[in-house]
Amino acid sequence: MKQLKISILMLLIFTIITGLAYPLLITGIGIAAFPHKSGGSLIIRNGTVKGSELIGQDFTRPEYFHGRPSAVNYDSALSGGSNLGPVNKKLIESVKVRAATVRSENRLDDKSVIPSDMIFASGSGLDPHISVDAAILQCERIAAVRKIDKAVLLSIAGKYSERQLPFYGKSFVNVLKLNMALDGMEVRK
Amino acid sequence: MSVYDIIALAVFLLMTTGLAVLLGGYMKMVFSGEIFFLSPVIRPVERGIYRLCGIDETKEMFWKEYSLGFIIFNIAGILILGSLQMLQGMLPLNPQNLPGVKWDSALNTAISFVTNTNWQGYGGESTMSYLTQMAGLTVQNFVSAGIGMAAGVALIRGFTRREAKTIGNIWVDLTRSVLYVLIPLSIIAAVLLMSQGVLQTFHSYVTAGTLEGGKQLIPLGPAASQIAIKQLGTNGGGFFNVNSAHPFENPTFISNLIENFSILLIPMAFVFMFGFMLNNKKQGRAVFLSMTVLFIIGLSVILWSEYKPNHALTGSGFYFTENMEGKELRFGVPWSALWSQSTTSTSNGSVNSMHDSYMPLSGMVNLFNMGIGEVIYGGAGVGFIGFIFYVILSMFVVGLMVGRTPEFMGKKFGPYEMSMSMIALILPMITAVILSAVAVSVQPGLSGLNNPSSHGLSEILYAYFSCAGNNGSAFAGLNANTVFYNTTLSVALLTGRFATVIPALAIAGELASKKIVPESQATFPTTGILFVIVVAGVIIIMGALTFFPVFALGPILEHLSLNSGGTF
Repeated sequence: MKQLKISILMLLIFTIITGLAYPLLITGIGIAAFPHKSGGSLIIRNGTVKGSELIGQDFTRPEYFHGRPSAVNYDSALSGGSNLGPVNKKLIESVKVRAATVRSENRLDDKSVIPSDMIFASGSGLDPHISVDAAILQCERIAAVRKIDKAVLLSIAGKYSERQLPFYGKSFVNVLKLNMALDGMEVRK
Repeated sequence: MSVYDIIALAVFLLMTTGLAVLLGGYMKMVFSGEIFFLSPVIRPVERGIYRLCGIDETKEMFWKEYSLGFIIFNIAGILILGSLQMLQGMLPLNPQNLPGVKWDSALNTAISFVTNTNWQGYGGESTMSYLTQMAGLTVQNFVSAGIGMAAGVALIRGFTRREAKTIGNIWVDLTRSVLYVLIPLSIIAAVLLMSQGVLQTFHSYVTAGTLEGGKQLIPLGPAASQIAIKQLGTNGGGFFNVNSAHPFENPTFISNLIENFSILLIPMAFVFMFGFMLNNKKQGRAVFLSMTVLFIIGLSVILWSEYKPNHALTGSGFYFTENMEGKELRFGVPWSALWSQSTTSTSNGSVNSMHDSYMPLSGMVNLFNMGIGEVIYGGAGVGFIGFIFYVILSMFVVGLMVGRTPEFMGKKFGPYEMSMSMIALILPMITAVILSAVAVSVQPGLSGLNNPSSHGLSEILYAYFSCAGNNGSAFAGLNANTVFYNTTLSVALLTGRFATVIPALAIAGELASKKIVPESQATFPTTGILFVIVVAGVIIIMGALTFFPVFALGPILEHLSLNSGGTF
């Protein structure tokens, strides 16, 4: 019985320390030191929330850069991947469909190489990034629709490209920031 | 994959090891009760807790009392956490007005978090209120890791003490783990994570008007504080459905490094602490090397298979070199692979990519890591315990070869230690295999599948291996939030927890009472390369003997159809 009493008291005390005091302390530090980031990196324009820098959005119109395939159609209330195994027919089929879509949208020939991030769905379904190659591949289409020079697009894409570390790793761009820049909205890099 | 990736992975692992050595030294001071720089701040709180709970910190316990404390603390935790979930609809801090959780899911989740597993049948953002996440789940993230470390420390005392009756005081060990190790590290990690963009807010969910004019509901919450401890305490339960693949949980490459580092830190440090407590650094190093050999083998297999061409696709004219399905671009394949190896070797179980979509052999490595009981670094405290069972088994095998009584660190092993080790090694494995067999034979088991054929078998195996190993990661395609899975997985969870910790405490009590035999010429050296090879070999053979038949039907069969370009 003594052990039971101690167990319950311990749980109560640790609930106060680790369940209330600790998260509140971290929240306090967050508000003081990183108000934008700890609040979800929200992009607010004219008083309305346009999205979060970290959460990808579903882009289908031709004048925007398109993001990676998503198993949840960028529904951030859900989040999730396809969870299909590598030899599952459904996966093979959707990869073929995605590749065909990318090729027809961007008028590429059937033998063209498509970056792997454009044919495979992300894990979260909310991946905000595409590879720089995937962005370059879409520039021609966007330039035609928006009637601007392709070089301008390439320079914007270059401006927003980031690497895993400054001296190492893959290069990618944030699709939402890129598209906001296209619409003339200034976004922090 | 470039040579730079390999260099970067190696540098990361070396730096993690270096810091784990330092933390090991620190943890030795904590559990030996030495005074050091943090004592003036934390010691008063520690004393206050003992006074409030009526604990005499100088009074040590026999192993049975220690075990009883462990069992009661776990059961009390399950009851409290279960009730909190079912009642959350009536409690505050619930801005989304989420209803109470259904009984089977609440029971499964309570057991899962109390056993340091954090298997999640539910999706966090659509199920749990902020109060449940904080005052329920976060708390168990701390104490389930803390009490696991306590059990590990008690086992180490079995080796360091001679002709003693007691193995320490569980409440003191628990309190010290949480106050001196887990909380300070979590605060540091949480602040670093927030600097990268991990959420920490009590604001209710926000609806965004997207660029194309659509609506997007953005879930928020106090995530950073929970993610810090979920990684450090080898818990792994995500704040959001997709765990650390979610951009709010793991927004940048740097946050990924911090989290992966946190996954490995305490399990590695525990091994070095073992060496320090024994006053035998070489022994700690030898154990660490045995684990590292297995870790590197597993990681290499995963990397190799993730860059293997998928013939079902290449056959139809597709050219690509990496499997990006279910992976996030900011991490890429190498760092997703490292994470999947880290999370299944330790008993962490958080994911930064979807294991279900990995290549078949990668999935097999993950299954193997969990099936052997997560002893490659392993969970906070409990991973080390599992490893000691294999050491006992290895010493037994060695003893048979040279014709001497098996011994380790001057302690002779008898039939009692052997039978306890075998219970602890075999019971969780058998439970996982039998329950998987049940699940593939009945309709409620099969109806949860997301993939057919051999990959479906892997999905079911993964669920039971993960729960029996107290890991918590998943082939997430399996819909396990049903009465059938919630209850059978709960059985696996409880077996995995108690069938390893209780025998370990029994062994600790037995060993503590024994003499320490001085080393002689005929003693098998346990700090050299031979020891490393023998133990790693025993682990691989034991795992292979138990799992090969079922792996042949699951991942290996799938691998063969991948090679031949077949689909199902």
